[in-house]
Order: sequence, then structure tokens, then C-alpha cells
Amino acid sequence: MDGVHDMGGMHGFGKVEPEQDEPVFHEEWEARTFALVWAMRYARVWCIDQGRFAREQLSPAVYLASSYYKKWELGIEKQLADLGLAGADELVAGHALRPGKPLKRKLSVAEVPNIITRGSFARPAQQPARFKPGDRVRTKKIHPKTHTRLPRYARDKVGVIEALRGCHVFPDTVAMGKGEDPQWLYTVVFDGRELWGESAEPSLKVSIEAFEPYLEPA
Amino acid sequence: MEHKREHHHHDEEHGSELSEMQLRVRALETVLTEKGYVDPAALDAIIEAYETKVGPHIGARVVAKAWTDPSFKEALLDDGSKAVLALGVINRVGDHLIAVENTPKLHNMIVCTLCSCYPWEVLGLPPVWYKSAPYRSRAVNDPRGVLADFGVTLPTDTAIRVWDSTAETRFIVLPMRPKGTENWSEEKLASLVTRDCMIGTGFPKQPGEVV
Repeated sequence: MDGVHDMGGMHGFGKVEPEQDEPVFHEEWEARTFALVWAMRYARVWCIDQGRFAREQLSPAVYLASSYYKKWELGIEKQLADLGLAGADELVAGHALRPGKPLKRKLSVAEVPNIITRGSFARPAQQPARFKPGDRVRTKKIHPKTHTRLPRYARDKVGVIEALRGCHVFPDTVAMGKGEDPQWLYTVVFDGRELWGESAEPSLKVSIEAFEPYLEPA
Repeated sequence: MEHKREHHHHDEEHGSELSEMQLRVRALETVLTEKGYVDPAALDAIIEAYETKVGPHIGARVVAKAWTDPSFKEALLDDGSKAVLALGVINRVGDHLIAVENTPKLHNMIVCTLCSCYPWEVLGLPPVWYKSAPYRSRAVNDPRGVLADFGVTLPTDTAIRVWDSTAETRFIVLPMRPKGTENWSEEKLASLVTRDCMIGTGFPKQPGEVV
């Protein structure tokens, strides 16, 4: 979806402000929110792209005004309500008002070291890769209202396939509950001027990780 | 001036969210615990792991090894996940870790314009600035301006490559080894490797900056 989360190339957000000796979490609730999201993901209630899509659907004003973990918290509330796992009334009451639904699994302390490692998103290919390194490609001009990982600034632009990264879970379908539909993933590199015009830094190259359905031959 | 005002605003927002968010998250955790979905002790263990075990010290070991061992460097650039696993600093490494090498002619920077993708296993959780609108918006079209915010100036003849982490591949920058560190041990070299130099928003420390 063309939301405010898709920030590449936008103006007006000001300077980057690094914080010296920044703690991992600034507040206890940030740490608890982070852990809750991971524990629920372990339970196979939702996948990573469904979590992202929930945050992308926050209203633009809320998205921009909320701190990072507040967005996570609002996202998890929405997902719990959408899936009927916990209602707004229960969050207001501060207690469960109805029994929980059975989940596929529950994260134990012993399992925590295993979830610190990223899972694999590679899947067996459904068909041979359409492109190879060195091929010129044009990204599609698409504006889906649903989740996609093709950023706006890199749509309808000509680039070169730099690397084939294997066949991966396709975020555009899995986020919508329509299955993993594995797709070939490529690193596609663009000249800065193709993306930003004559004012671009002359030496700049920018790459995205592009799934095959985002690409056509150029 | 604008920058000061924004910073102040952010602090205020943070403060005003504190009590509301503490209560809200406490309620959320209680509900999910009572429903049998989560075990609070497992939540504690997740937090402890990210606060104490995972962090940029892991990436620093990887970089120092690559600086001293050409065959490891080759393996790292060929398959980051496999090479880091073989190094044995961490017991498990997820798939799709990609190391990209800085040279005098090329500087690499990592960003996630769409959310906050970051190589957690080797750098820990990302800092707030990495997840912020200013970095996500400007890294792809004004990288030198972003570097200036970090007090970093690249030679004008160094080209810039920005990697937007739009899928589940993860990137780590292999910075250039500082001059004057010949014969340094891997451990001492690791002390020069900052988090920011592995994201591409900084350089390693110089030999004189560490004891």
C-alpha cells in the first residue's frame, strides 16, 4: 500500500539524530512489547509480513506521531482484535474476559535461544528464475492497496540484476493470508539519476531486493 | 534551530507516552498471559538475550577476523551466514546474511526505507535513528547529507552504494581496516569496530582512539 511507511526519498523529516550510548530499550514497556510480538509470532498466530502490514495500516497521522515500539503495540492490538484473540474490551479491563483460543504452540524459556536466530525464508522454486545477473529490468508500475515490498521510489525504474538471492516467501501474498507463493529474489541496482533525476549525487547507486513479480525485462 | 525543536518535541512525546504506554502494555501482557498465549518468563528471557547477549560486539569480531584472515574474508563475502556460523562467535546464524565491502573507491550504506530491517544477529537491535523517518527517507537520495549528520565526510571521488533492505536478506558493511594497525591482534582490532561503521554511517575508530 502507498502509505507513509514507504519513506524512501521523502523530504521534510529533518536531520538524523544519533543518540550517544543508546540503551537497547528506553522504557520497560518497549521491551515487553517487543517480547510479546515475538512470543505471539512463535505461536504462529501471524508472520512477519502480517505484522508489518498491520503497522502500515495505522492512520498516517498516528504512524508518524508514534514512537517505534508504540507502532508495534498498536499493530499487535489490531492483529489480536482482527483474529479474535483478544478484544479491546479486555485490554480496557486489563484482564481476560473470555477464555483464550487454542494456539499452535507456546514459547517456553527453553525455546528462547532458538528464536533469537532468524528463520529461513528460502523455499523450493516453483519455476526457473526468469532473470540472471547483468540483465536489465524495469520495475513494474504498481500501486496495490495491499502489502508490497516494492518501494514507491523504485517503481517503473530501469535497473540491472546484480545477484540472485534464491527463492523466498513472497511478502505480497503471505501478508494477506494467501500463502507463501515462493518467488525468486534479486538484488536490483539503479543509478541515482534513474531514481532522482539530474540532481542526484553522480556516483550514487541504490539497490533494492526485488521479488520476480515486481520485474519485467527492459 | 528546527532540529533542536524537533528533538525537544520527541522528548516530550516520549514522556507523555510513558505512563499511558506502561499501563497499556501491562494490560496487554496480563490479558495474553491469562488467556494462556504467553509465558512472562519467556518474555523476560527474550529481553535478557537482546539486552545482554546479542549486539554489535558480535559483528565487530566478524569484521576483525575478516581484516586478519583473507580466506575468512573471502568466505564472508561469498556467503555471510555460512562464514559467521563457522567463526563460532554465535551458535546459530539465520539465512541470507550478506557482507558488503568498503574500498577507497566505494562506500556502502544500509537502510530499510519500508520498516526497520537490520542484521540483528550480528548487530543486535537497531538504534532509534535507524528506524526514524529522517534516516529512512534520506539515506537513498541524500546519503552524503546523512553522513554529514554523523559528522562523516567521504572523499568526493568515493562512490556511494545504498542497500535498501526490502526483503529478508540482511546486510552488514565490512569497513576498511584503519592504517597503523599492522600486527594488531583480532581482539584489539575488534575494539576499533563501531556499530555505525558496520551500517555505513561511520568509520572504524583510529588506532589512537583506543587504549
